[in-house]
Amino acid sequence: MAPTASSDWRPGASLETLKLRAGTLDRVRAFFSDRRVMEVETPLLAAAGVTDPHLENLRTECRLPGRAAPVPLYLQTSPEYAMKRLLAAGAGPIYQITRAFRDGEAGRLHNPEFTLLEWYRPGFDMHDLMAEVEDLLAWLLGTDFCDRTTYAAAFVKHAGFDPLLISDDELRESMRQLGLNASAAERWGRDDCLDWALSEIVAPRLGVERPLFLCHFPAGQSSLARIISDENPPVAARFELFINGIEIANGFEELCDAGELRLRFEADNRARRARGLEAAPIDERLLAALEHGLPACAGVALGFDRLVMVAARCGRLDEVMAFDTSHA
Amino acid sequence: MATYSTNEFKAGLKLMIDGDPYNVLENEYVKPGKGQAFNRVKLRNLKTGRVLERTFKSGDTCEGADVVDVELQFLYSDGEFWHFMNPQNYEQIAAGRTAMADAAQWLKGEEICVVTLWNGVPLTVQPPAFVNLKIVETDPGVRGDTVTGGSKPAKLETGAIVKVPLFINNNEVIRIDTRTGLYSSRVKE
Repeated sequence: MAPTASSDWRPGASLETLKLRAGTLDRVRAFFSDRRVMEVETPLLAAAGVTDPHLENLRTECRLPGRAAPVPLYLQTSPEYAMKRLLAAGAGPIYQITRAFRDGEAGRLHNPEFTLLEWYRPGFDMHDLMAEVEDLLAWLLGTDFCDRTTYAAAFVKHAGFDPLLISDDELRESMRQLGLNASAAERWGRDDCLDWALSEIVAPRLGVERPLFLCHFPAGQSSLARIISDENPPVAARFELFINGIEIANGFEELCDAGELRLRFEADNRARRARGLEAAPIDERLLAALEHGLPACAGVALGFDRLVMVAARCGRLDEVMAFDTSHA
Repeated sequence: MATYSTNEFKAGLKLMIDGDPYNVLENEYVKPGKGQAFNRVKLRNLKTGRVLERTFKSGDTCEGADVVDVELQFLYSDGEFWHFMNPQNYEQIAAGRTAMADAAQWLKGEEICVVTLWNGVPLTVQPPAFVNLKIVETDPGVRGDTVTGGSKPAKLETGAIVKVPLFINNNEVIRIDTRTGLYSSRVKE
């Protein structure tokens, strides 16, 4: 694995894989052009970052005319906020293929810099959007159709408990039985335990026969999704796509209420402080756009590198990137 | 001892887990797109050799283990302890039977061994990959038989018993691969 000096300059992806990657980009653009979805470009550098306690922005500074001190700017973890501002301005259906940046994320399936395909559909609910993702997969990978299951049903099937109804004590006991070390099972919070069980136990068994949509996440993991309050208990109108156990995409029926979004940002920042992290500045321009009015819509972010991984039958992200960050 | 964050975990780092010293073998980063990141870490218990898989939340810390590998020269055994000397400073260190494990049977004196010390006490002893030892007891050699591939047991000067080819005689010196415990070649003196 250790690179030798003589081969260290070479690309991580084969030229064949890079051609497949380029062809896939062409086909994605053809798919959206055919459906009259407009391609947009939004800033990688923005005044606000993300409040999500599980995401860290990379930061830089920029000297701007008329400003005594350099202005801090955040490399975007996804184009979500800017694209929602375009939607509020009446852009209609839009998509973007862009780089996204996440500090500290590096591994077999992660690179601090990666490519996202993100799109928004005014008037769609999450089922309409899942159907469109299904069409895109058919177009790119030749897959027939996708399976659909709920977060709760997948846990019952693969982890042996209902994640929405299980008590905290029973959850700890289940974690131990599933192989989590006792000291961690004692200390971790509910969502940490569920995240662990999803990553280590449930996800590896999802999307093995054909791509699978996992939907209706616990309300505590809603992120920026609308809550479906007539379900008992309430769940998030959120879905994820899995292929061969790998998480490929994450979609929402978008939360459009500015007041509720501000509350979630503030809750995120409380969670950040509780973890000893710096609170993140709240994106007031996004909130102002929601005040103006975000049309009811659904949106999804798809990890383009991981999609190419599936298409190229590669096992690692660095095998589908020209140069991953450790070779950049 | 220093503490290490999961970000610093890499193969070879020595950590204390549940009171025992461990060596990190692998560290895999696992993260759902919207959720807690984890490090799935594979570690080897340096006392028992057993491999453990342990999941940490990314950013968690763990106490380092004061474990170092040093090259020491074997001096002699008193039956209970095996005595080594550091050729740099002539300091002497004794290893017990548990630490010696299979290494004891290959040592007669003066070999340079890699001794893993935990808080200054030998945890494991790794003999040289190859040692030359004299045969003290074996059936008489069969002259000219170098091809049939048969073997017979032979007792070495250290007491170890190894399988040797049929043509090998008493009092001959042979070369042994200590990693496999197998006869390697004849040594002409």
